[in-house]
Amino acid sequence: MLFAPILIPIVFALFCMLFWAKPQIQKLLALFATSLFLANSLRLIHVVYESGIQTAQAGDWPSPFGITLVADMFSALMVLVTAIIFLACIIYGLEEVDRARKAKGFYPIILFMMFGITGTFLTGDIFNLYVWFEVMLVSSFVLMALGSAKEQLEGAVKYMILNFIASCFFLAGVGLLYKTFGTLNMAALAQTIPKGQNSEIVTLSALFFIMSFGIKAAVFPLFFWLPASYHTQPLTISGLMAGLLTKVGVYAMIRFFSLIFTHDIKFTHSLLLLIAGFTMVVGVIGAIAHNDFRKILSFHIISQIGYMVMGLAIFTPLALAGSIFYIIHHIIVKANLFLISGIIKKISGSFRLYRNGGVYDHFPLIALLFVVSAFSLAGIPPLSGFWAKFILVKAGLENHMEIIVAVSLLVGLLTLFSMTKIWAAVFLGKGRKSLELQVSSKAMFGKKFFRDHYLMIIPVMLLALITILIGIFPSVLFDLAKQASDQLIHPEAYIEAVLKQY
Amino acid sequence: MNFVVALLIGILFASSVYLLLNRNFFKLILGVIIFSYASTYFLFIISGVTENKPPLVRGETAGDLAQLADPLPQALALTAIVIGIGVQMFFIVLLKKVYKVVKKEDVDELVTTDELEEPETQEH
Repeated sequence: MLFAPILIPIVFALFCMLFWAKPQIQKLLALFATSLFLANSLRLIHVVYESGIQTAQAGDWPSPFGITLVADMFSALMVLVTAIIFLACIIYGLEEVDRARKAKGFYPIILFMMFGITGTFLTGDIFNLYVWFEVMLVSSFVLMALGSAKEQLEGAVKYMILNFIASCFFLAGVGLLYKTFGTLNMAALAQTIPKGQNSEIVTLSALFFIMSFGIKAAVFPLFFWLPASYHTQPLTISGLMAGLLTKVGVYAMIRFFSLIFTHDIKFTHSLLLLIAGFTMVVGVIGAIAHNDFRKILSFHIISQIGYMVMGLAIFTPLALAGSIFYIIHHIIVKANLFLISGIIKKISGSFRLYRNGGVYDHFPLIALLFVVSAFSLAGIPPLSGFWAKFILVKAGLENHMEIIVAVSLLVGLLTLFSMTKIWAAVFLGKGRKSLELQVSSKAMFGKKFFRDHYLMIIPVMLLALITILIGIFPSVLFDLAKQASDQLIHPEAYIEAVLKQY
Repeated sequence: MNFVVALLIGILFASSVYLLLNRNFFKLILGVIIFSYASTYFLFIISGVTENKPPLVRGETAGDLAQLADPLPQALALTAIVIGIGVQMFFIVLLKKVYKVVKKEDVDELVTTDELEEPETQEH
């Protein structure tokens, strides 16, 4: 059962390659693959919920020697949200991605990326994790460079160099761990690493991993590739990357620093707390400075990563549950905001805030969708972001970490400020002459716009609906997140599930 | 011997960082490649330098761990090399493409994506 979510994308990607010259067939294959994937991920989460952690051995080698695939609640949740985002983005991309990109293999590459991301979530072996990371990164390099516009290529160079260096750090960290403990299986490592005593070589290896995952997750001193590259592609690709890729880095960080590197929590998790604070503040300040829709959103990703790392750094069951809740909420909301900015671009032809205006007057539906996502990102009750922030703040106060809580609340306020900046410029405002002309020349522009661009609007509506549902029924997601965080804080069940045959 | 290898890896890392900080495309490529080699070599050598010990044996000596070199770092290094080469190839082609479009061989010229756009006055 664990193999199905990994096999579906790769099998269909290969089928897509067979129909290289026929994007129409690739389109159907990709849609079918994603739906199948969604069904499988729902089944996976159901099974994990009912009967605990699932494991499988690749090639039937017994663990810890073979490569283990593990699905605990955290992985299952991440796979589910991957499925949702990919489905939404592929539907959105049917219209938004241009013909040239589709002819050059947009669909197979996107399925390869899905393959890599799913593998990252499900693997239980650190070197295998490296391989999955590479699968994901190489396909994201290609997606990023596809199209070869000037700024796109520039963004791709920055993205590529830094992520490649991150992979090299990862390798060095793997080397140190293998040297010291003689195993690469995460569960076996968690078992062998001595708890509660300070061992320099493990800490050094932990630093290598912080460096590597930090670059991939775009935390404070290592984030510069993100605002330079995320806004250069079509919004379908931006939405996917903004939603999922950095969160894969956060996922790996949470996995490693709750399962493996818990030997010296005082040092490693204090460092993470420091990183979290700076990431939040610097990200939101960058967002305030910019005047381009997509760049504001890119900087918001950075500041939001800070919240997720904050939950990990506090390291109590509640805080981790908050982190997981935050990740799920953020992936959906952030991808949705990028997709909405694409619709705005269709309306006014620009991403610049001051070239927009008056969208609210003519397209109240789009404005409503934006408000749902933007206010959720800023943490206004009763939307999903409020609950995510609430859990984190509560966990922080319980542990007497007032400073980071104050920082996170301040950053929430500044997030709201930059969202109102978008709101005031794009949705209120007087609107451009060209827009007025466009509207007056076509009667019932709103309905016609919907008919013309329904493929772009429907996925956005779906994602906004999920945000609202999480906001109204937070306990459903919170229960799952709580179960996931319990499994992370008490890794005995994980270790036992992986090593039981041994 | 271990000391010499450690020193060598250190020199490789140092020189690759120096090259990565360079503005020139070609030196950048070299820096990326050497950085990847250095980390792969680091991974390869973690179980220490061994002499005249094969990683895989069959026959009488099989099962005698003292006669074996640890095969796993070698397998890991091999995987890392294969992936690394693929990424490096892509990187070289990407930089060639960038050079064709930007027409400059200088990393500091690649700043279009970092510019802070000026707030314009709203047109009416």
